[in-house]
Amino acid sequence: MKGKPLVSIVSAGLSKFGKLEGLYAREIFAEAAKEAFDRCPNLDPKRDIKMLFVGHMGESYEHQGHTGATVADWAGLLHIPATRTETACASSGAALRAGVFAVLSGLCDVVMVGGVEKMTHRTTSEVTEFLAMASDFPFEQWHGITFPGLYALMATAHMHKYGTTEEQLAMVAVKNHHNGFLNPKAHMQKEVTLEKALSSRVIAWPLKLYDCSLITDGGSCIIITKPEIAKKYTDMPIQIIGSGQASDSIGMYERESLTSLIAAKIAARQAYEMAELRPEHVDIAEVHDCFTIAEIIGYEDLGFCKQGEGGRLVESGETKLDGKLPVNTSGGLKSKGHPVGATGTAQAYEIYLQLTEQAEKRQVKDAKIGLAHNVGGSGATATVHIFRKE
Amino acid sequence: MSEQAPFTIEQFYKHISQGKLMGGKCKKCGKIHLPPRPLCDKCFSKEFEWTQIQPKGKLVTYTIIHVAPPQFQQMTPYAVGIIQLENDLKIPGMIKEVAPEQIKIGMELTIAFETSTTTSQWPQWPRYYFKPA
Repeated sequence: MKGKPLVSIVSAGLSKFGKLEGLYAREIFAEAAKEAFDRCPNLDPKRDIKMLFVGHMGESYEHQGHTGATVADWAGLLHIPATRTETACASSGAALRAGVFAVLSGLCDVVMVGGVEKMTHRTTSEVTEFLAMASDFPFEQWHGITFPGLYALMATAHMHKYGTTEEQLAMVAVKNHHNGFLNPKAHMQKEVTLEKALSSRVIAWPLKLYDCSLITDGGSCIIITKPEIAKKYTDMPIQIIGSGQASDSIGMYERESLTSLIAAKIAARQAYEMAELRPEHVDIAEVHDCFTIAEIIGYEDLGFCKQGEGGRLVESGETKLDGKLPVNTSGGLKSKGHPVGATGTAQAYEIYLQLTEQAEKRQVKDAKIGLAHNVGGSGATATVHIFRKE
Repeated sequence: MSEQAPFTIEQFYKHISQGKLMGGKCKKCGKIHLPPRPLCDKCFSKEFEWTQIQPKGKLVTYTIIHVAPPQFQQMTPYAVGIIQLENDLKIPGMIKEVAPEQIKIGMELTIAFETSTTTSQWPQWPRYYFKPA
């Protein structure tokens, strides 16, 4: 498969991200599906789409499990096989990979993959509890370690080992808020100053409010096909040429490193090898910035800089919208928002927009290779996908 | 009787209630698991023996939690960290009996054991915590 397209993306959809009051997850997913159908008039959803994989993390939010069948029905795709994938915040990264496998199996020519989460109707304390379920219960949750707490443990270790600063963490937030300011679908479309980010209230020291991604409602989807039939549906298909996924200990305390995510490194290596590309070939990337430290560690795990240099990379400005390697042009989880189950395919949606030159005010010129890095929990799952303009 | 006890998380917490930090040592390859596991992830053996781990270590990282789930919210702000024990083992837990600003990576901590649990629901595990040596 080296360097060859695994599948092609022929369409993509994203709901508005934000506080979607009065809407239920299935209704939000339908909004994303509708956009994907409208973008691709040559596709007859009922006739052509043969399977659906949907990422969804928690049934606690709406007291609703069995998400596959539920959202397939509300998207007008009743009776197709529909399966939920759950790998915490990487749930739709895993849905995308499952969809790639379904197409490669030869059994399905056209597959929809996506994700959805409805979170904002719950209190912050409840959401904190639900998110923590993605971490180890008997040793992490049981001892009061929250989800921001786990990333804070990594941040403290990274600062101690490499001299990464709270200012560098805040620079990730400032950068991503600038990009989100330009994205009409972002949850928080506003600029944030370094001073404001640094003086925001502490959530889990050294992480402050502006180091944390948003509690957001949203849905996302993309439609993938066999590469050889993609042109039947669109003039601008985007190829997926690399796909990697790996796992790690659920308990962070069992891992050798507290300053990098081995699962992300393995997934990245698989994806680069499959694509026959190196990190320096990547033009744009969506990096899983659930917390600012996660983007810095992501740079290192993806090979965008050396181990320990992530803080200095953001400081250099190279990952800004006008830099050498723009990261999180969508605003990232930080500003666009992080409806956990929807995040993986929302990243793929942004790469699709950029590579098809539909990203409007935040369009990066001449981008040909994109990468999406989606992390589950504190790093027990990671998926990496590499995309290429035809 | 602990030699016959199952090598489970439930049993780990029973040992905590007795004031002991106990790991499971694989009889085949010698790897020590903390918490114990019923299957060795290195050699797939199911034969273990209990080994007592010194309840002290060095702090490798920490954070101060300000926003917590409902059951912990009243305790905020509180410190949690991961300590490095003997035999390359690590364990997470709360850090108590020290002011947050006094907490430093590398400091020596000992493990204190709470021998009873206050809840009647699952899980009825006692807690341990770290305090300055």
